[in-house]
Amino acid sequence: MEALLALVIGLQTAAGTYLMLRLRSFSVIIGTALLTYAVNLFLFASGRLAINLPPIYSKYAEGYTDPLPQALVLTAIVISFGMTAVVVLIALGGYLEADSDRIDLAGNPGEIDTDEFPVPETEGEAPNSDRAEGDPS
Amino acid sequence: MNHWIVAPVLLPAMLAALMVMAMRHDLVLQRVFSVAGSVALVAIAAGLYWLASDGTIEVYKLGNWQPPFGIVLVLDRLSATMLLLTSGLGLGVVLYAIGSGWDGRGWHFHPLFSFQLMGINGAFLTGDAFNLFVFFEVLLIASYGLMIHGGGGMRLRSGLQYVVMNLAGSTLFLFAMGTLYAVTGTLNMADMAVKVRSLAPGDEALMMVGATLLLIVFAIKAAAFPVQFWLPGTYANAPAPVAALFAILTKVGAYAILRMYTLVFGADVPAVGSYFSELLMASALVSLVVGSIGVLGAKQLPRQAAFAVLASMGTLLIAIGLNTSAGTGAALFYLVHSTLAAAALFLAIDLVRDAQGPTTRAPGGLVATLFFIAAIAVAGMPPLSGFLGKLLILDASRNTPHMVLIWSVILVTSLMLIVGFTLRGSRYFWKPLDPNWHDPGNFDEDGNPVPALPLNPLALAAACIPPALMVIFTLAAGPAMRELEATAQQLRARTPYVEAVLGPGAFATPPAEE
Repeated sequence: MEALLALVIGLQTAAGTYLMLRLRSFSVIIGTALLTYAVNLFLFASGRLAINLPPIYSKYAEGYTDPLPQALVLTAIVISFGMTAVVVLIALGGYLEADSDRIDLAGNPGEIDTDEFPVPETEGEAPNSDRAEGDPS
Repeated sequence: MNHWIVAPVLLPAMLAALMVMAMRHDLVLQRVFSVAGSVALVAIAAGLYWLASDGTIEVYKLGNWQPPFGIVLVLDRLSATMLLLTSGLGLGVVLYAIGSGWDGRGWHFHPLFSFQLMGINGAFLTGDAFNLFVFFEVLLIASYGLMIHGGGGMRLRSGLQYVVMNLAGSTLFLFAMGTLYAVTGTLNMADMAVKVRSLAPGDEALMMVGATLLLIVFAIKAAAFPVQFWLPGTYANAPAPVAALFAILTKVGAYAILRMYTLVFGADVPAVGSYFSELLMASALVSLVVGSIGVLGAKQLPRQAAFAVLASMGTLLIAIGLNTSAGTGAALFYLVHSTLAAAALFLAIDLVRDAQGPTTRAPGGLVATLFFIAAIAVAGMPPLSGFLGKLLILDASRNTPHMVLIWSVILVTSLMLIVGFTLRGSRYFWKPLDPNWHDPGNFDEDGNPVPALPLNPLALAAACIPPALMVIFTLAAGPAMRELEATAQQLRARTPYVEAVLGPGAFATPPAEE
């Protein structure tokens, strides 16, 4: 039981980490979802694994399993569910606005500095008429 | 039990709910309630500061559950100081958002702002490690909304990076919490402090794994070196008032490090020793260098300000990493200063943008003065509190093993900050006035410089609040430093905190100070 659970948590964490390092926002979101599943299982196991025992004290059962991790898992599930919804919406908004679902900020592949507003340095250079220093919206 | 302790969490929570339910489409009403709430928060925080200033530690048991079983809020000097700083900054920022019209450029600025304040206040007050996670999530989810306020492709995409980075951080937080709960069997911070000091020898390695994971999480929030990459893009692309408020967000990470790694994983725990302080010191020195190189190299003002925040976090973490009483006192002084300085800088930069519009003309003298003050403060030049803060940190690191390294890094990076701000400042304030710099938009037919666009007086006045607070802080540096030294001593004593939460005699073997 312990070995199986440890294996599942390890596999999910590895897969989640791999996906989070991908370039497209879709795989990154799937990666964060996998990571949150892994951490939920991990939290569940942090109160030690006990099989067929109730999470409350009862004189009819021979023991009980720690109820606190179950409450923690519940909190973690609710929060990660909300966070996943937020990240999906922001990713969708970013994709629709910028027409690119890349997770990095470079507009073109190979461009490393995203200097939107180049400063005219040389004397007599034609002014950059479409400069927009103000609010991008 | 004093019920005012829970007010800094409850008041913004109820205000935010009220604003989002009852006055969804009424910006004027939202503004009124938001400002009233911020003023009330300042008053409450000042009252709580007065309450904590005699050195008592007040404990608020939620639902009257006995610790360590229920969640507790703990008000000590450190929490009260942070609350006062947050509320003062919050009032300035909300006034600026109203004056500059930023709050009308998207939906729900004020409710999100209130939720943000609720999360920050909660994180400063809580005495329960898992509750700290929950308040982190509250402040993060509000910050996601604020970060992308106003929209725009670039802002949404840098917002996505910010969200993903913090989601990974939250997952790591849960892994750390699970590990620590498995070892100590408790989540109450005071109880953890007791349990960590009486661990079975075989469990110490697992405790160290959990504590190291937790340090990585707090380092993400505080933007320390290996995990700082999210900060420049986020702060440079966030709306200006939000970036100014975010100046306190990195300090939440610093606060959490300060609290957890003195109270729970202090140097008196045999397994810990100087492990965490050395880890923190190395990371802090590199963050400071990275931030200063960024300030020197950044081409736009917002990006430069973001790197300046990174550099100030590096300086702050150096002081925390010293792990001495004098170091912690200096860290607290620099923490207050750097929060106000970063906020002042972001607001001044937004005024520059507003005054320029789509042109390259020079902003007016008042804006230039504000930028000058903020830049001096951030770089740590006299006469403002940044200079005093750096001086205190240098003084605290005297006679430590790394003295030469710390002094040279802090002094060289200060020079880099000064040069960086001089470069950008002269480009934005002097070059547009240079008649040889041919930009027809800058000059009228007679060759006279075109005046900058008019600015909203409320925005200008609100942008003066953080520098004004900084000036007051500088003038009152003596009494403030005495208060902050008492705060540092209270924090490092540990026993009063644990006994306030768990009852007298809970700390069986009081650790020797230093």
